[in-house]
Amino acid sequence: MIPPQFDYHVPESLADASRLLLANPEAKLLAGGHSLIPMMRFRLAEPSALVDLRKIPGLAGIGEAEGCLRIGAMTRESELEKSELVQGRYPLLADTARVIGDPLVRNLATVGGNVAHADPGNDHPATMLAYRASFVGRSFPDRRSGTLLEQRHELPLQAEDRTIGADDFFTGPFSTCLKPGEILIEIRIPAPEAGSGGAYEKFERKVGDYAVAAVAVQLRLEGGRIAEAGVALTNVGLTPIRASAAEAALIGSDGGEAALDEAAGAAAAAAEPHEDHRGSVEYKRAVVRTLTFRAASRAVARAKEAPA
Amino acid sequence: MSSHHVTIQVNGEEHAREVEARLLLVHFIREELGLTGTHIGCDTTSCGACTVLLDGTPVKSCTVLAVAAGGSRVTTVEGMGNGELHPVQQGFTEKHGLQCGFCTPGMMLTSKALLEANPDPQEDEIRWGISGNLCRCTGYVNIVKAVRRAAEIMKESKENGDG
Repeated sequence: MIPPQFDYHVPESLADASRLLLANPEAKLLAGGHSLIPMMRFRLAEPSALVDLRKIPGLAGIGEAEGCLRIGAMTRESELEKSELVQGRYPLLADTARVIGDPLVRNLATVGGNVAHADPGNDHPATMLAYRASFVGRSFPDRRSGTLLEQRHELPLQAEDRTIGADDFFTGPFSTCLKPGEILIEIRIPAPEAGSGGAYEKFERKVGDYAVAAVAVQLRLEGGRIAEAGVALTNVGLTPIRASAAEAALIGSDGGEAALDEAAGAAAAAAEPHEDHRGSVEYKRAVVRTLTFRAASRAVARAKEAPA
Repeated sequence: MSSHHVTIQVNGEEHAREVEARLLLVHFIREELGLTGTHIGCDTTSCGACTVLLDGTPVKSCTVLAVAAGGSRVTTVEGMGNGELHPVQQGFTEKHGLQCGFCTPGMMLTSKALLEANPDPQEDEIRWGISGNLCRCTGYVNIVKAVRRAAEIMKESKENGDG
């Protein structure tokens, strides 16, 4: 299938990309394209224009700075898989990267695209909720009103960055709180403190499919008790769901079977699945329960192994 | 609708064309260049029949815009060996790594990249590496054997070359 017609732009700066978005309200950003291009072929998306980010420098990279893991929005999923830093210190993120699409998809698909596309079936959003990650959106507000028209284009637009918590970012299916012309440029995950561990459990019918359900757990042990916990769910609602009651069941506990059972039950209750070809509502809740138990068990085990 | 001038190097040869923005790389390869070894299977970014190497990395060419591949190097199955069989093609021949052959070009290009990154992959690493390429005939058993055989051939030729 061939996508409908569209205009294609490949700007070399974020300011130009932002300008193109504002000038074409029906335009979409193109990152790896592995969600957007399939949707365009099926006519589920018919953007009037694509603004390709591939030539804008500085948007890809993984590194720790200022107490955070900072991931450039255009970083390919395969780079997460190859990163020793991610594999060593961010096991929840490493788990997640390994189950997105398939190896060929991950060679082009980007972390920023997975987040900003905000498909409730995408895997990074739940992981980012569990991590208490934040997202940096850059825009170029026009503060030149009052300036003589002939001087306007001489003045460079000033970048304005906004840091958005994962809890506030996902507003609906395929919807985020990014404003028109605002571009996701970076994902920030708080660096793990001593005694931290996490895990992602995804149940899929075949490699490359969206999850029947998936669960992200990130927690921290202190003196044998769980001091902090993040639990979030993939593809069992219109947005990724943070399971606060499951987090509460874990916090203060020793991470033993009883606490994990209680958290699993709370996560299943927090899920809002719809019946579809991947299963019934009851079935998906049962999957969430099982996956929450498994993810929390592995997170606790990893936290115990983590350097104190 | 926009039309764009692109130059893509395919199997070592530069090809310049005027293309519509919506032209997919797989159609550029098959219809503009007539290289039909790259297959179209599912059209849903699932099956991997359209796999090509884009600057050495295996990708699904049904999910790449030709215009976005401008300036890149593409390798298709036609460009795998230089007049003779590439070790991966040799391995697939010897170990019967195909039946109908539809998935084979994509399967071999993914395997080529896999072996370049990991010259001695174990069975689970091969199965993981080719998990984005679907085969409906072989049950993958002979494909895994073929990739193992290709690894041996590459090792032997390297040793001979070194000696």
